[in-house]
Amino acid sequence: MKIEVLYFAWVRERIGEPRETVETEAATVMDLIKELRAREPRYDLAFSDLKSLRVALDQELTEFDASLEGVREVAFFPPMTGG
Amino acid sequence: MQISVQSEDFDLAQVLKGFGKAPNTGATVSFTGLVRDDMGTLEHMEIEHYPGMCEAAITKIAEEAATRWSLTDCLVIHRYGQLRPGDQIMMVATAARHRVEAFEAAEYLMDYLKSRAPFWKKEVTRDGADWVAAKDADEEALNRW
Repeated sequence: MKIEVLYFAWVRERIGEPRETVETEAATVMDLIKELRAREPRYDLAFSDLKSLRVALDQELTEFDASLEGVREVAFFPPMTGG
Repeated sequence: MQISVQSEDFDLAQVLKGFGKAPNTGATVSFTGLVRDDMGTLEHMEIEHYPGMCEAAITKIAEEAATRWSLTDCLVIHRYGQLRPGDQIMMVATAARHRVEAFEAAEYLMDYLKSRAPFWKKEVTRDGADWVAAKDADEEALNRW
C-alpha cells in the first residue's frame, strides 16, 4: 500500500523533507517506524527517541501501536506548542 | 462558532465587535497571545502548522468547550508563519450566560490549544534558532479538566 508520510518541525529538519509517499506493508505505526529507521541514518536519528515524538493518522492524534489499515496519511512530529 | 488558522494579523476590536451577539449572552471573555521576547534577543518566531489537522483539532476542542459550558458563542484565531516580538499569535473568545462559564471555557481552550493543536514554534534569536520545547506543565494542565 501507498501511504503519505508527513514530517513537521525538527522531525522534518532531521529527515530533510516535509513529506513523501512510502510504499509499505507495515501493519502498525511501530512497524512503519522500524522500516523507516532501517533506511538511512537520518531516519534512524529522527526516530531515535519515541518519547519526544507524536503521531497522527489521517490528521487524528493516536498511539504508536495503532493499526495502519485503511490509513492514507501518517504524520510524525514533536509535542505541539500552540497557543 | 468561528475557527480561523491564518498567516495574516487580526484586528482584535473588529473581531470582538461582532462576537457574542446572541440575546442570552451575559458575559464575554477574550484572550490574546503575543510573541514574547524575554531576553531581548529574539529576531522572529516561526510558527509551523499542519494544514487541515489544525482546523480539525481546534474545531473539536471548541465544540467540546461549547457543549461543556453551554457557550452562546466561541471563537479561535491562530496564526502561523513568521512573527515578530509583540505580534499577536492567537486569540480565543468565549460567550456565555454568566462570567464563570466564559472564563473557564477560555482557559480550557487555551490549555488544549497549547498541547493538542498541531503548531510548532521556532525561536530565531541573535544567537541561533531553536524549537520551543513543550513543557510538562502544559500537559499536566489538561488533567484539571
